[in-house]
Amino acid sequence: MSILDQPSSSSLSGGGVTRRQAWGLVGLLAAAIVAWLVFAVWPQWLNAVLISKKAFVSAILNGLTLAGLYFLVASGFTLIFGLMRNINLAHGSLYLLGAYIGYEVTSRTGYWLLGVAAGFVVLAIIGVVMQVFVFRRLEGDDLRQTLVTIGISIVAADLMLAVWAGGTYQIATPEWLDGALTLPVITAVRSNGASVFLTYPLYRVVVLAAAIVIGVGLWLMLNKTRVGMMIRAGVDDRAMLSASGVNVHAVFAIVFAVGAGLAGFAGVVGGSALSVAPGEDVRYLLASLVVVIVGGMGSITGAAIGALLIGLAEQIGLVYFPTYGVVLTFVIMVVTLAVRPQGIMGKAR
Amino acid sequence: MSLATAADGAAPQQNWLDKIGAGHVILAVALLVYPLVASDFFLTQIAGYSMIFGVLSLSLMLLAGYGGMLSLAQITVAGIAAYAVAILGSNNSNVLGFGWPWWIVVPFAVAAAAVSSALIGWISVRTEGIYTLMITLAIATATFYFAQQNYAIFNGHSGYAGIHAPVFWGVNWRDPKPFYYLCLGLAMLSYAAVLYGSRSTFGMTLQAIRDNPRRMRALGYHVTAHKVFAWFLAGVLAGLAGVLLVWFNGRVSPGTIGVDVAIDILIIAVIGGLRHPIGPFVGAIVVILMQTFAIDIVGAERFNTLIGLVFLVIVFVSPDGILGLWGRIKPHLAQESLRAGP
Repeated sequence: MSILDQPSSSSLSGGGVTRRQAWGLVGLLAAAIVAWLVFAVWPQWLNAVLISKKAFVSAILNGLTLAGLYFLVASGFTLIFGLMRNINLAHGSLYLLGAYIGYEVTSRTGYWLLGVAAGFVVLAIIGVVMQVFVFRRLEGDDLRQTLVTIGISIVAADLMLAVWAGGTYQIATPEWLDGALTLPVITAVRSNGASVFLTYPLYRVVVLAAAIVIGVGLWLMLNKTRVGMMIRAGVDDRAMLSASGVNVHAVFAIVFAVGAGLAGFAGVVGGSALSVAPGEDVRYLLASLVVVIVGGMGSITGAAIGALLIGLAEQIGLVYFPTYGVVLTFVIMVVTLAVRPQGIMGKAR
Repeated sequence: MSLATAADGAAPQQNWLDKIGAGHVILAVALLVYPLVASDFFLTQIAGYSMIFGVLSLSLMLLAGYGGMLSLAQITVAGIAAYAVAILGSNNSNVLGFGWPWWIVVPFAVAAAAVSSALIGWISVRTEGIYTLMITLAIATATFYFAQQNYAIFNGHSGYAGIHAPVFWGVNWRDPKPFYYLCLGLAMLSYAAVLYGSRSTFGMTLQAIRDNPRRMRALGYHVTAHKVFAWFLAGVLAGLAGVLLVWFNGRVSPGTIGVDVAIDILIIAVIGGLRHPIGPFVGAIVVILMQTFAIDIVGAERFNTLIGLVFLVIVFVSPDGILGLWGRIKPHLAQESLRAGP
């Protein structure tokens, strides 16, 4: 939009294919290096540089798991924004409320899966209520939507503090999700020649798998189903979708239900892996904002790429430069904005 | 706007007096004699604090009202000035603290704030509307976490304590009355500067850019440069407020620049109204009064619910805050007097 991005946009239109190929090559090279780092047995000097192989691989795995969680939260955020241009800064509150509800249901009934389902369903209903009573009244008014949702998040945070107090909760995972998984990754070789394999919590692997499944599911829903077709049509031209006889309000309600439900789902899943406490709402709101800014507004693929970048950067930063880890996330955001103000997968408006 | 019309409604026969001037003169006199009637608590904790936050929100109003750029990073900019005062001046946290005299520290702190504000602006003017808000929120939060984790410069979680307002001209500016006048002077100066600036060539250009950037670019104006300069000016205001804030608190810590405070600034500006420089001050007084006395009504625990609900109601009822509310009621009152006549 500014004068500054004229050079980049002109070079983009000049040679799009070569540029994409170049990026693809860079990506392949990076993937190859990471694969070698993960699977090869490290020489001594590398261990000296990167602390230890176990620390490195754990950071990558933790980063991937966190990315899965960020993706779940941010995909709902970007889905709602992408279709309806509804900016919901109470999205972090939806995450935290989902986590609390999951905690209550799980600890009372003893069934973790019930807690997960409750987190999704209750938040989906709350999402529809918000859509009908708040966003439908403020349609097309970005600024007021932002302000109103900020107000809602303040009230919600305070009410949640009133109900659940300031303590930290941990949602109990069921037995079949406990335990550790031995991965085919050698972290060290003992003096007697035996290899030490990396063990990693099973639950976190399941979180990552769930995020991938849901991501693929969302992509299929958007690209292969009739509802998805309507949603994509709505993103491009809402008035035309409405004119062609589709009940736009119903589509909006579905999208809001899915988006908010995903936030609640992520709350329960994240609350089982990490913990539930006041302040998490802001943390996840910020994470979704950064993920979506980096990945591009309204794109599921973009949310996945953004979540990967931010999740990995956060965890690798935590291990190798603890003080400046946050700044790494920030640098990624600024660099993305400098090169592509609309985000990696965002469409230039 | 509201003040001018208030004077207008009270005394319509005063046509000979410049109406806008009249409102301002009455307000200025009232504020100057306020220390005669107010207690120390009302002087510092209410009036002084309101004016600090008023100036801080004024910097947001300058950006949002005239430039159309909604920023959540104003408290970050103020925090940079506050930290600069703590680091360059003297503190009792045994970390850094160069002990420079205040007349070097203050210009330096304000300059640092203005430059970082311009930098934040330079990053965020590449985007528009809601994106600006999200990026500044991300910047504010990143700075908060960075300040919390960095012990070499920001002294981590505990921040800096024991920072004193200077003593010069035989006056201890930490005392309630001098501090009140200090805040008042700065608030009046900032208010007048913004009011004057909004009618200057630069202010007019900025407002035109807000309304139609493409047209202004086509006319040959450097849109980005104007916006970044607006960020620089807003940074000066926020920096001055930050200096006062650190003198007021005597300390600065990551909590000073937290996300909740950043949102408080936005709430103050929106509740007051973003259309006129008086709005942020009105908003600041309302919010600070609520913050102080809501504890007696709803208890300290549920204060945020109250302020959030008030904020929600105002945004729903009147997008332009209290100023907008007044603008809506005024025509009704005028109609009422017409109806009552014959």
